[in-house]
Amino acid sequence: MKFFSHETLETKLPWLIMAIVVVISIGGLALNVPLFFQGSTTEPVAGLKPYTALQLEGRDIYIREGCHGCHSQMIRPFRSEAERYGHYSVAGEFVYDHPFQFSSHRRGPDLARIGGKFSDEWHRIHMRKPKSVVPESNMPNYPWLMKTPANGKTITAKMKALRILGVPYTDAEISAAPGELVGKTEEDALIAYMQVLGIHVKSVR
Amino acid sequence: MSDFTSNFWDFYIVILTVGALLFCVWILAVMGKSKKEEKAANSTTHVWDGDLTELNNQLPNWWRGLFWVLLIFSVGYLLYYPGLGSFKGLGGWTQTGQFDKEMAALEAKTKPMYDGFLAMRVEDLAKNQKAMGTAQRIFLNECARCHGSDAGGAIGFKSLRSGAWNWGGAPIEIEESIAGGRTGVMPPMGEVLGGEPGIKAVVAYTFSLSGRPHDTNLVAKGETLFEENCAVCHGADGKGMKEIGAPDLTDNVWDYGSSEKAVMRIVEFGHNSELDEGGFAMPAYKGVLSEGQIHLLTAYVWGLTNR
Repeated sequence: MKFFSHETLETKLPWLIMAIVVVISIGGLALNVPLFFQGSTTEPVAGLKPYTALQLEGRDIYIREGCHGCHSQMIRPFRSEAERYGHYSVAGEFVYDHPFQFSSHRRGPDLARIGGKFSDEWHRIHMRKPKSVVPESNMPNYPWLMKTPANGKTITAKMKALRILGVPYTDAEISAAPGELVGKTEEDALIAYMQVLGIHVKSVR
Repeated sequence: MSDFTSNFWDFYIVILTVGALLFCVWILAVMGKSKKEEKAANSTTHVWDGDLTELNNQLPNWWRGLFWVLLIFSVGYLLYYPGLGSFKGLGGWTQTGQFDKEMAALEAKTKPMYDGFLAMRVEDLAKNQKAMGTAQRIFLNECARCHGSDAGGAIGFKSLRSGAWNWGGAPIEIEESIAGGRTGVMPPMGEVLGGEPGIKAVVAYTFSLSGRPHDTNLVAKGETLFEENCAVCHGADGKGMKEIGAPDLTDNVWDYGSSEKAVMRIVEFGHNSELDEGGFAMPAYKGVLSEGQIHLLTAYVWGLTNR
C-alpha cells in the first residue's frame, strides 16, 4: 500500500480527518489570521476611548434586550448607506468592542452612527414608547428600563475581563466604576452607550 | 488596506493562496490522467455483495473542464484585484476607491441641481414640485424622526405645521434653525411661583390669553405673577420673544401638551433643567447636510405653512 494514496485516506480515519481539517482551514488562514496583524484592523481610530462604566453597562443592556436582533452597527461603503447613516464603518472603531455588535439584521435602522444624532430626551421618550415620536415604528416599548437601577455589582468584574482582552482600563477607572452607576437607571446607561456610538468618524459636507 | 505588522504576512498569504491553487492544479492533473475502463486497473479493491466493485474512474470531462476554467479565472482575478498580500492588483481597485467614485458620481449629478436650488429664493423653491419631492425625501430621512413624517411634531418636538414659530418663521430664520440648531431653556418656576396655587393661577392667565376656558377667579393673581416672573422672556403681552425662542403663549399652540396638567408641569419643572446636555435641543445640521440640502429643507419647512 502506497502511503500517498486514495486507500490510505479512505482506510485510516485519523489521516482523513487531518486532511479534511487542513483543506478547509486554508481559506480562513489566508483571509482571517492576517487581520490580527494589521494596523488598520487592530489600532483604534483617533479619539476612540474605551466605554465608561455607564456606557459599558448600557452595552450589556443592549445585548440583553436583543437590540442587535433588529439593529445592525455596520455601515457598508455604499452610497445609499452613507447617504442615510453617515460615513461607512471602519475596523478601528470597534477595537474595544468584545464582542462587536455588527449584527446582520435590519428590521430597524443601523445604529453605528446614532451617537449625537438625537438628544438624550428624545431617546428617553423613544425608548419608553417609540410610536410616540415615530408613529410608523414597529419597535417595542422598553418602559422598564427607566425604572430599573443599573447593576453596579458586576461592573468591576466585567471591566477586568475586558482588560484581559486588551481594553486599556486603568486600576483607577475600574475601582471608580461602581460609583459611576450609583443612582443611574438602565435607561441612562443604554442612552449613554448609544450617544457614543460612531462619533469618532465623521463625514462632513 | 494592507498595513501588516511585518512582511511575513505577505508571504504567508501568497504561499497559502498560490499553494492552494497549485494543489488544485496537481489534483486535477493527476485525476485527469486517462484511465482504462477496466476493473483491474481502477479498482479500489472495495467489493460488496460479492461482485459490486468500487472503481476509481476519471472525473467527467465537463466537470474537469469547468475546474480548469475556474483556475484560469482565479489567475486573472488575482492579477487584476488586490488579493495576494500587499499586491495592489493591476486594476488598482479598492473598496474605498469604488465608494469614493460612487459618491463623486452622485455629487456630479446633484451639484448642478443644488446650485440651481441655492440660486432660487425660498419662496419660489417652495412652489417647485420636483424640488419639494427631493426635499420631502431628505425630510423623511433626517427630520421626521422628531418632527414626524407629516411634520406634525410630537409632545416635546415642534410641530412644523402649526404656523407658530418659537425662533421666527421667516425663511432666513428657519434656515438658521436648521443649520445651527436651537437650544431653548425654560427654567423651573415651581418654587418661584409659590407652588401649585401660583402655577395654577399663571396657567389660568395664560389660558385666558389664548381664549381657552379657564378659572376666571385666578386670572388677576395669575396676571401679577406673570408680569413678575414670565414677562421677561414671554413678553408683557405673552407674545414670546423669538431671539431666545420663548414661545408665543397667545396662539393656543402647545409644544409640550395642551392639557392643564401638561402646561402646569412645564411651568413647574421647566425643561432642560433636570437633564444634562441635550435636552430637547434641535441639533445643528450644518456639516451633516450640504448647504444646498439645508436651503432646500428650509423651503420645504417654510412651504408647509406658506404655500
